[in-house]
Amino acid sequence: MRHSLREILDHRDLLYMITWREIKVKYKQSVMGMLWAVLMPLVIVCAGLVVRYAFATASGTPLAMSDFTSVTVKAAPWAFFVSALRFGTNSLVTNANLVTKIYLPRLIFPLAAVFSQLIDFLIAGVVIGVVLGVARVGLSVYLLWLPVLLLSLIVLAMALAILFSAASLFFRDVKYLVEVFLTFAIFFTPVFYDSALFGRWAPVLLVNPVSPLLEGLSTTVILHQGPPVLWIVYSLFMTALLFTASVLMFRKLEPFFAESV
Amino acid sequence: MTTMADTVLDVQGLFKKFRRGELYTSLRDLIPGLTRRLARREGPGQLEQRDFWALQDVSFSIQRGEAFGIIGGNGAGKSTILKLLTGIMRPTSGSIRVAGRISALIEVSAGFHPDLTGRENIYLNGAILGMKRDEIRRRFDAIVEFSGLEEFVDTPVKRYSSGMYARLGFSVAAHVDPDVLLVDEVLSVGDYLFQRKCVERMNSVIANGATVVFVSHNLREVANLCRRSLLLEKGRVQLIGPTAEVIRTYFSRSQEQRAIDAETGVVLTRVTTHDDAGPRVEFESGGKLRLTVEARARTRHEDLAVVIRIVDDHRYPVFDTCTQRLGAGPINLEAGQAVSCTFELNLHLAEGTFHVDAFLYRYVTSTNYDGWHSAATFFVTGAPEVRGVVTLQPRLAAFDIE
Repeated sequence: MRHSLREILDHRDLLYMITWREIKVKYKQSVMGMLWAVLMPLVIVCAGLVVRYAFATASGTPLAMSDFTSVTVKAAPWAFFVSALRFGTNSLVTNANLVTKIYLPRLIFPLAAVFSQLIDFLIAGVVIGVVLGVARVGLSVYLLWLPVLLLSLIVLAMALAILFSAASLFFRDVKYLVEVFLTFAIFFTPVFYDSALFGRWAPVLLVNPVSPLLEGLSTTVILHQGPPVLWIVYSLFMTALLFTASVLMFRKLEPFFAESV
Repeated sequence: MTTMADTVLDVQGLFKKFRRGELYTSLRDLIPGLTRRLARREGPGQLEQRDFWALQDVSFSIQRGEAFGIIGGNGAGKSTILKLLTGIMRPTSGSIRVAGRISALIEVSAGFHPDLTGRENIYLNGAILGMKRDEIRRRFDAIVEFSGLEEFVDTPVKRYSSGMYARLGFSVAAHVDPDVLLVDEVLSVGDYLFQRKCVERMNSVIANGATVVFVSHNLREVANLCRRSLLLEKGRVQLIGPTAEVIRTYFSRSQEQRAIDAETGVVLTRVTTHDDAGPRVEFESGGKLRLTVEARARTRHEDLAVVIRIVDDHRYPVFDTCTQRLGAGPINLEAGQAVSCTFELNLHLAEGTFHVDAFLYRYVTSTNYDGWHSAATFFVTGAPEVRGVVTLQPRLAAFDIE
């Protein structure tokens, strides 16, 4: 574990260059350019508003501003999480020629995939900041939770990207499994709705370690309340566990990468 | 005597096992595969049969500043050794110890991204080959100058020709400054001038104290650059010693008698190069070479001619002749009869490696009964004053300055 992280640290220039390449290639010859970073969250927000509207109509309560802001604040992290996993899963297979021809710490590829998506997240984050400002959401001391929640989300994305990238190198259909999983994951994750909606079944949704993080974002940023601390601790624990396990597994499998592509 | 401190690369008892056949590449295949195996109660012993050794018990060590060649035919395990040395693959057993940074001139443009410009790719590829960013920044101009691609450095490399692509790749790789440099066939990159530049660069890398491991089919280059070489055959070390001796062994092994296929009616059995004293593969330019071709008939054959052709290392035909054109009558063979004919050639050839192709041909019906490409290989040395394929034996007839 320590050896893996040390190796990445020693190759930080390479990590930087590969991340830079992903970003550069993505924005080269694209019509929308930076707008891509906003597009995905925007679509999620729109979909979320439709769902919220349906909920509101069904329960007979009018659509509130907090419905809109809450979906907005969860849409960008979710969009990041999904695209980080998608790029991360394919990162080793798309770099197969480097994996088989040159030695470099392969952990760099899933990490760079996640980092490159981080740029989009950053841009979307700035836009959301502006939107929330306009919506007069305001600030509170609970914003101090923000770095913890985001960091945990990023590390969780890394953990899964590392796991799936290695798996898809050995089994090509892992990619499709991840794809199917990501398509429907939004229904099992409180992005459009809040877990409280499910009453006593809420904990079932919160078992997904992403859920408490997204809920935490919504409660701290929009509602200016403390997050569900116990569940956040659970997410942090799961993140740490998954990350350690993924890195260890990756390290175990790495010698067989070149022969298995 | 050398001490361990001088040893920059030490390889001991290297084994590498590969698996024949297909591995499961999708979960969809794995699951039925596993059930089938359970159903048939296939033990691990049976799977072992599919394994084969790509390398067996390979050991060698290289001193600092040494240029070391690895020679062997296709499938001898040369690439596997390089992959193990670079760390792309891990050996099944054995140890590799490297003192310092190891870098490979293999697949030099593997890290390129077609959409990025030459400039961007230099930074990217430099990082992939293990350089720090400021290191690349410092050498950037030298790299561009070496590649000769100054005008195109801001063009996406997907617009490059394949030669330009390879040149840029080599130029980055040549500026890495490793402790051990692994080279595989890259000297065939680009045009003649660029190749010369590469050889010079390699020489200066060696002169600067770096250690070079050189893998090539181009035995001339190996002979020029490396004093010591290793001969690899079917994954085993056959010989480690002075390059000239290793190359001689390599050639004489490829001249061994050919196994006769029962199917064909008449076959070439043996092609050897020799001089008056006996078989040899190294000849002086301008000297005489004797080439003996032997054939055996299983069934009756009439009206045959033995054709020989000399080709250079790029397989370009340099010369051919046959028994018929040299005035011998048609060769008629009864079943079981053998024929042996010896050609004497004056080697007006420049330095290089040449191969002999032999054929059994019937002119009347234009039938080729047997053809053997690269049946023998020989080596011409000792004409430093000429370059190219042949020597026209030049003499400076006049030299006036007015």
